[in-house]
Amino acid sequence: MRKDEKIGVAEKLICYHCGEECNDKEINIGDKLFCCNGCKTVYEILDTNNLCTYYNIDENPGLSKRDEIKKNFDFLEDNELIERLIDFTDGKITTVTFSIPQTHCSSCIWILENLYKLDEGIISSEANFLKKIVSIKFDEAKTSIKSIVILLDSIGYEPDLSLAEKEFEKSSLINKKLWYKIGVAGFAAGNIMLFSFPEYLSLNELGNDEIKPVFSYLNILFSLPVFFYSASDYFISAYKGLREKIVNVDVPISLGIVVLFTRSLYEIFSQTGSGYLDSMTALVFFLIIGKMFQNKTYATLNFERNYKSYFPIAVTLIKNKIETTKPVEKLEVGDRILIKNGELLPADSILINGLAFIDYSFVTGESNPVEKINGDLIYAGGRQVGSAIEVETVKDVSQSYLTRLWNNQAFENKDDSKIDVFVNIISKYFTIVVLLIAFSAAFYWFRADSSLAFNALTAVLIIACPCALALSTPFALGSSMRIFGRNKFYIKSTHIIEKLSSITSIVFDKTGTITETQSANISFNGEELSKYESQLVKSLVRSSSHPLSKKIFNLFDSNKLFDIIDYKEIPGQGISAIIAGKKIQIGSRVYVTNNSNKDENTLSTKVFLSIDNTVRGFFTISNSYRPNLKKVISSLKSVYKLSILSGDTDNEKNNLQNYFDANTKMKFNQTPFDKLNFVEQLQKVNEKVLMVGDGLNDAGALRKSNVGISIAENVNNFSPACDGILDAKSFNKLNTFIKFSKTSKNIIILSFIISFIYNIIGLSFAVQGTLSPVISAILMPLSSISVVAFSTITTNMIAKRKGLL
Amino acid sequence: MSVIFVLIGFSSFVAIMFLAAYIWAVKTGQYDDNYTPSIRILFDSEVKKESSKSNS
Repeated sequence: MRKDEKIGVAEKLICYHCGEECNDKEINIGDKLFCCNGCKTVYEILDTNNLCTYYNIDENPGLSKRDEIKKNFDFLEDNELIERLIDFTDGKITTVTFSIPQTHCSSCIWILENLYKLDEGIISSEANFLKKIVSIKFDEAKTSIKSIVILLDSIGYEPDLSLAEKEFEKSSLINKKLWYKIGVAGFAAGNIMLFSFPEYLSLNELGNDEIKPVFSYLNILFSLPVFFYSASDYFISAYKGLREKIVNVDVPISLGIVVLFTRSLYEIFSQTGSGYLDSMTALVFFLIIGKMFQNKTYATLNFERNYKSYFPIAVTLIKNKIETTKPVEKLEVGDRILIKNGELLPADSILINGLAFIDYSFVTGESNPVEKINGDLIYAGGRQVGSAIEVETVKDVSQSYLTRLWNNQAFENKDDSKIDVFVNIISKYFTIVVLLIAFSAAFYWFRADSSLAFNALTAVLIIACPCALALSTPFALGSSMRIFGRNKFYIKSTHIIEKLSSITSIVFDKTGTITETQSANISFNGEELSKYESQLVKSLVRSSSHPLSKKIFNLFDSNKLFDIIDYKEIPGQGISAIIAGKKIQIGSRVYVTNNSNKDENTLSTKVFLSIDNTVRGFFTISNSYRPNLKKVISSLKSVYKLSILSGDTDNEKNNLQNYFDANTKMKFNQTPFDKLNFVEQLQKVNEKVLMVGDGLNDAGALRKSNVGISIAENVNNFSPACDGILDAKSFNKLNTFIKFSKTSKNIIILSFIISFIYNIIGLSFAVQGTLSPVISAILMPLSSISVVAFSTITTNMIAKRKGLL
Repeated sequence: MSVIFVLIGFSSFVAIMFLAAYIWAVKTGQYDDNYTPSIRILFDSEVKKESSKSNS
């Protein structure tokens, strides 16, 4: 504990490293002030290595090291773990990619790319700002993963080492394939159109008969990769659909592409015409553009997190008083482990030694730590705040109270099949109608003029190819997704918008979802404190690292602080000291007032204060509801069935009834399993459920629900697996988002109508057997472009009107 | 008029070269990160002198 504190100065002192306010000028180098020794150390490391450019790129770019805990990275010597972390190694040179969530400014990029100056074993490093990752290439002989991680940690960029994060590479590979396909299709479409120009302008009358077939054969050559490579996804998807007896939208598309291609081949080889290869390649090109537009992903967000990404990858094991590290997966029942300040408990355990303040915010969203004493059971997912504790595990990691949730079958397969997607419902009928028209036209011409029957049949199939139909959905939903993203509502894929538009019931979690986690309300009840007294209190709590002390510290905004003498901290009880001749005590009721009162209201935490042995009152720390809750709820409750699930006791019930009406189902004391079952029950009575939650305890319900949205104070923080992540600041727009998803659906329907009109025009040519390549080449891109333009422009216009842009 | 065959061959060759360049660009990851390089280019190259301490 720091005892001799200088009296603070009123002007604002900014830490040169991290930009946070400094309490005094105590920690400095020359004229540069630092808020804590951690920041100073980072500066020293950078300074001795001539890396002070870091501070010139962005102002105060560093990360505060004030609350930093000493970490132990010994587990990085475990070969099995290393194997899983690295990307590639040849025994000498190794590449490894770390996720660095702290990346936030250009200085970060600069320092991450200049790591080689800090460790000569590092050959090169490359940062990716958007993905917040850094790839490091290093020499095995000169350095190791462990020393690199320690280096990164020492300058404030601690890598996120959970093993579940390694999946991002796979998705980027799929994305790359799409880029290749779009390149090939665009290239072929452009060139074929160029070679088809003589045909469009009827230049073949010029008498160059030997040129025409050359153009045609070149067209075939260019169209081959488009047909076999770029369009292959559509054939595969159509085949898969048909095998499961589903006529998805790719069926009529594939049919159209195949017919276009074969008829063109036939025409060219039989020299009866020049084919429709230009239309075909352009069609594929447009379709892939649509796909790309729809495939927008948020690189830094992860929607598939399970408990593994929250948990540490290794723990400190104590055996015969010797500390060793062990990967979490190998943890066994009965192992004694050491949990240090800020570390997460990986399995249900019993407290053996030490004083535990368990912060269950990952699990329940509740951030006020719970005190535990020896012999108490601590659930996995709790984070220890304060000094190190020793615990003995009583359950396996996967069998712990919380993690058992992931064994539920809801996690095995989420029905991401496209059966319920609107466009596929339409396409079924569409395909049937098109086939009917095609064959009746063929049948009619077979009797009237049999030579035209084949022409009419193929022409109908070509022109009816639902290119515009297939494009309207990705563009309407893709723009909606971007609009949501701008409003800090990030969804996993565009399907979610369609699902969101059809929900009938909304389930809220209480803690952390409709209450705020960060700005827990702290207030003083009792005789009002004078400014002088509040300075005394602030001076006292400053010396304590207890989380509640920090909250009280932040309650008073005063910079003047006093020296304290005779500081005492009794763990679990309170703190006391003599400041300016007055005895100040802060702590539990027993500690401060010497009498215990059993009928305590457990909802809010109380901290008592006495000055010179007279009790002055108590601080209450309770959660507050989100500021816009009333407005959001009143706009929702008339349309949807609302329910509230809370893991807490029901003493907030009366407060909640001010916000919700009598029809709202409220359930308290809900376990994670209860929540999941509740959602399941609702779905059994044909409700489409939107679950809004935040903690890991909601993970089951989020997964089970039709749409699961997780609320996050900081979207880059951990959030459980879900369909969408909503920034807490945009919580007030929840209803607007749902309404807008309905608008998007209407826009899709309108686009369908437009594309049907084009189809009818085209069909009128086709059934007459007079579809020429020129008409097809004009009509198809025209319909596609107008549908794309319509859906994109209207979506953005409506978003603007609704205040989303 | 037969010169047109030469021209077609030549133009196709140029076009295919561009396609190849595009595929190479995708393959080497030039489209993976389209933000970081825009910052990286603004970093000053190292000044060898010791006098870079005075500015803040």
